[in-house]
Amino acid sequence: MDQQVHKKIASISFGLFSPKQITDSASAKVVTPELYDREGYPVDGGLMDLRLGVIDPGLRCKTCGQKLKECPGHFGYIELARPVVHIKFVRQILDLLKSTCKSCGHVLIPEEKHKKHVNLLDQVGDEEGFEARRRKIKEIVAKYKIKEQCPHCDAKQEKIKIEKPYSFYENEIRLSPIEVRARLEKIPQEDLDIFGFKENFRPEWLILTILQIPPVTMRPSITLESGERSEDDLTHKLGDIVRINQRLFENINAGAPEVIIEDLWDLLQYHITTFFDNAVAQLPPARHRSGQVLKTLTSRMSSKEGRIRHNLAGKRTDFSARTVISPDPLIALNEVGVPKRMAMNLTVPERITEWNKEYLRRFVENGSKVYPGANYVIKADGRRKSITSETKEEILEELEEGYIVERHLIDGDITLFNRQPSLHRMSMMCHLVKVLPGKTFRLNPTVCNPYNADFDGDEMNLHVPQTEEARAEARILMIVESQIISPRYGLSVMGGIHDAITGNYLLTKELIFSREEAVDLLYTCGVEDLSRLPNKDKIDGKEVFSILLPKDFNFIGKDKSGNEVKIINGKLKSGLMDKSNLGQESGLMLRNIYEFYGPSFTSDLLGKISKLGIAVLSRRGFSIGLSDMDLDGETKDEIQEVISKAEEEVIALIEQYKSGALEALPGRSIKETLEVKILESLNRARNKSGDVAMRQVKNSSALTMAKCGSRGNPLQIAQMTSIVGQQALRGKRIEKGFIGRTLPYFKKEDLGTESHGFIKSNFKSGLLPNEYFFGAMTGRDALMDTALRTPKSGYLYRRLSNAMQDLKVEYDGSVRDASGKIVQFSYGEDGLDVSKTKNGVIDVKRIVEQVVGEAQ
Amino acid sequence: MKKEHEDLVKEYSDKLPLSILDEIKETVPNNVNKTQLKKVLEDTLFTYNKAKVNAGECVGLVSAESIGEPGTQMTLNTFHFAGVAEMNVTTGLPRIIEIFDAQKSIKTPMMEIFLKSPHNKLDNIKKFATKIKETTFGEFVSEYSLNIFDQTLKVSFNKELLEDFNLTVKDLSKSIKTRSKGFTMGLDDHSITFTQKAKAEEMKDLYNLKAKLHVIKVAGVKRIKQVLPVKRGEEYIILTSGTNLKDVLALPEVDINRTTSNDLYEVFAVLGIEATRQVIMNEVYKVIEAQGLNIDVRHIMLVADIMCTIGKVKGITRYGVVSEKASVLARASFETPIKHLINAALEGEIDNLTSVVENVMINQPVPLGTGLPGLVTKMK
Repeated sequence: MDQQVHKKIASISFGLFSPKQITDSASAKVVTPELYDREGYPVDGGLMDLRLGVIDPGLRCKTCGQKLKECPGHFGYIELARPVVHIKFVRQILDLLKSTCKSCGHVLIPEEKHKKHVNLLDQVGDEEGFEARRRKIKEIVAKYKIKEQCPHCDAKQEKIKIEKPYSFYENEIRLSPIEVRARLEKIPQEDLDIFGFKENFRPEWLILTILQIPPVTMRPSITLESGERSEDDLTHKLGDIVRINQRLFENINAGAPEVIIEDLWDLLQYHITTFFDNAVAQLPPARHRSGQVLKTLTSRMSSKEGRIRHNLAGKRTDFSARTVISPDPLIALNEVGVPKRMAMNLTVPERITEWNKEYLRRFVENGSKVYPGANYVIKADGRRKSITSETKEEILEELEEGYIVERHLIDGDITLFNRQPSLHRMSMMCHLVKVLPGKTFRLNPTVCNPYNADFDGDEMNLHVPQTEEARAEARILMIVESQIISPRYGLSVMGGIHDAITGNYLLTKELIFSREEAVDLLYTCGVEDLSRLPNKDKIDGKEVFSILLPKDFNFIGKDKSGNEVKIINGKLKSGLMDKSNLGQESGLMLRNIYEFYGPSFTSDLLGKISKLGIAVLSRRGFSIGLSDMDLDGETKDEIQEVISKAEEEVIALIEQYKSGALEALPGRSIKETLEVKILESLNRARNKSGDVAMRQVKNSSALTMAKCGSRGNPLQIAQMTSIVGQQALRGKRIEKGFIGRTLPYFKKEDLGTESHGFIKSNFKSGLLPNEYFFGAMTGRDALMDTALRTPKSGYLYRRLSNAMQDLKVEYDGSVRDASGKIVQFSYGEDGLDVSKTKNGVIDVKRIVEQVVGEAQ
Repeated sequence: MKKEHEDLVKEYSDKLPLSILDEIKETVPNNVNKTQLKKVLEDTLFTYNKAKVNAGECVGLVSAESIGEPGTQMTLNTFHFAGVAEMNVTTGLPRIIEIFDAQKSIKTPMMEIFLKSPHNKLDNIKKFATKIKETTFGEFVSEYSLNIFDQTLKVSFNKELLEDFNLTVKDLSKSIKTRSKGFTMGLDDHSITFTQKAKAEEMKDLYNLKAKLHVIKVAGVKRIKQVLPVKRGEEYIILTSGTNLKDVLALPEVDINRTTSNDLYEVFAVLGIEATRQVIMNEVYKVIEAQGLNIDVRHIMLVADIMCTIGKVKGITRYGVVSEKASVLARASFETPIKHLINAALEGEIDNLTSVVENVMINQPVPLGTGLPGLVTKMK
């Protein structure tokens, strides 16, 4: 094996190149704007010079002798005929000019005060940074400037102004870059220190006399289908610069009139400026012939699509896959169903050793076309060989220890599964592979919540870790069951959904089975030890459910309707299993099981409970229909009464308002008070009718689901069965529309209920046209709200994570940032990890009860 | 609790946080014996140690995720009723953004004024509330009458209102004296007559005077625009819109320990950085609670802490917390990369690659969590 040297980058320092450094480090001087000769071969001294790197296959770099992809590229330079201002340093140049003497170059601070200010500046620089330091110098200098005289050489100082983007004026006379450079040269080294510049930095470097040419490799040209070459934007820009520079040289040598030289100089300045930044406010951006704006250095780096955020902070990976997801409640929580075709493309490298030789050999024997096979073999010398029917025999023969076989994905392989947007760490968890037929990823519906996934066409990504370390970390730290407890609030993020809850609810509520049925039910959900089943002929649902629980589990809690749930010694004594115990983001029962029996038991139990729920429903039968929305006569009347009462109330309020008897709430006008009160009483009516609807005697599937929390809430039941209710826009009744009224069907200045968006109908019987319109109004508003909210909260999230990403807990328990600054002495003041607590606290009460209870 | 028990609990004071010890003291029944208490303490210590954070845990990112993730579930409704229907309060996402940005002027500045014992009853609170409300001259006026013939302006006042505020016409005239130069005031039981000193023909001056007088503040605390007495538990408190913490705290009736403002900078100026940190936590928590979300306080605490660590309030923006970062590349990867790179070059900054993004950029393990420890093998 070849010896690989691993180097670690310890630090990166930033600085400016001096003209000498540029020429010294350059491998070529560019002298001609031509790119290729007639044969299409790069011209020597051109911008595509072979000494600057290679971008054509087959050619070798003249500097390092390496081929395409091996040669990193080399910098070149051009000598500018006249110096030019670097656009990015204009502000710094201006500050320097303003705060130093025009004749002696010293900073305009009297010598005796120098030391005092240096100390102050050092302090400002340390505390607020480089820019604040410069601002401070300007302040100080402005203080001494009143005299308009240099405190060192008594030379008179003139006012220096800048005309954006890059022209400097002294008393309305333009300073050419040559003059500016001359001034900067005068500034003595010791005076530079107070500006906080890097050591050995010279300010005249801010005026360019030599331009560094980036290597060809960072501006590759593309060969179009027609064989034509299309150059990179940077090459175009550099071509312009070289061409103008050349002309300027010629004109100067030919002794052309000053005006022409000035013009060319300005043009050169323009081209160099746009080479650095093509979005300078006062300049017209340089364009292609087609009118498209050139993408130059600044725009290459900044913004989301720029180099930094797109390529450096965000990486792309190999060994990943993406497809639609679909549910499969029969696979385990921590498994992911991978289509066979995908499994034959994704590979895991395994090194051949003495012990797995035979095992890996079988994969190679199968080849890449038969599952489970292998796609590649990596030889001991690092060469990669693809396994095809031709090469198979040969590879099999030479296969030996030290070879790496890239075998197909098989059951039990460790993968990472992810769904965007990856808002929290549970958006990317480790799943074990289960290769299945079909073309979609399969996942257990129980883990939908942390991913925020549903199956209406969602796609997810799968990544296959390639090293042993990565796999170990994924398996131990990221596996689904280790993520059951959310670090956000310390409760379970996973839990039964939909049918799983409904099934268990009905099971524990009312179902009674014969012994055979019970055994059948439990066996289908994976229970094999049935010894705890009571020895009776009729077994009720609670007893069936209890079999899943561990023998020594004790729990006291509440179910959704507020009744006590009591589990003693693994037996459900009272209470129902509904959303508050099984559901996601609630359920102290799951949290307790997790605490006492650990992650893998909990995930196993969750899987079994889900399967049980579904099995119960499929045996019992469960469906909803239109008749579920029927109310019995009594309930109907009751609801009708509630509504008419509310309407009477509103009419009374309006009467009061009209007669002036209504008293305004503090800080509100009378009209506003009326609106608030009307809204209040109508909303009360709707809530009340929802409660009434929930209380009805006649049971329906829709009601069952709302009751156990698996889908729908009382309000929605009320909206379907009895009344949709008041539509509110921005916390008010609907007011917009025509002058004095919402729709032309109503009388002007009508304050009544219908004309302001109170929907008396229900969804079952259907809405009136005006009611439908009001409903659409609020619907549109809600849509707008979500559309506007998402980017806002996304940006907040980005800022938060950028500001806090380097905070970590040190070995001493304190929270510090990357530079070692202490942020908290103990994390969260008590050093507790939220994901290891119950809703953020340690359950002292339970410990006390246990200890005291044991003694008694 | 018995003395010996107290002592036993005290033994654990450097092993368990105070809050947990206090909870133990509270929950343990009176009749426990020493061994039982010892066992309770030992068991608690065991669970506590099990639940402690691991070294290297990237708590910052976890907090950012915990606050950022439910952000999408928050409502955008700027004006929402927070318990009281009468007052507009910014809630939801806009308020969270407002706090984390550490914005200098907030949309709905508010105070909660708690009062000392006799004043927090229903009968007394109204009086106090009217007292602190910023009231302008115009509010007392029942009528302006302009006498063109005499060139005078007669201002009549609402007598009852004056009594409510315990003010006399004289008091009013004092407070407007400086603003009504050039006029003589004729006082009356419930009116003031202004006459121009210099006999000018211009009627305009009188009109101007009227407009000027109307907005002069004569009573109450500055910037307290609205007051609202509300029942909070057993007592009554005053909610105000508009804040003036400094002046309100100076009032003798006010319970200075509980009275707060929701304006970070005001609290910082009056009460200092620790109080500001607490206000950030309280305000964020209030919003999150109102939205029915569940986020542990520790996450909010951490955000509040990084906003306040340098002793000043810093928002989570490119000018605030992020600009404090030591790493050039970390700053550049957030916003305005060019600016940071240019300055780094001139200053000759060195990036020691101690945080996250820089190491991602150069493909090295990040010094967090499992990236923190290294393994050293002794070669034989």
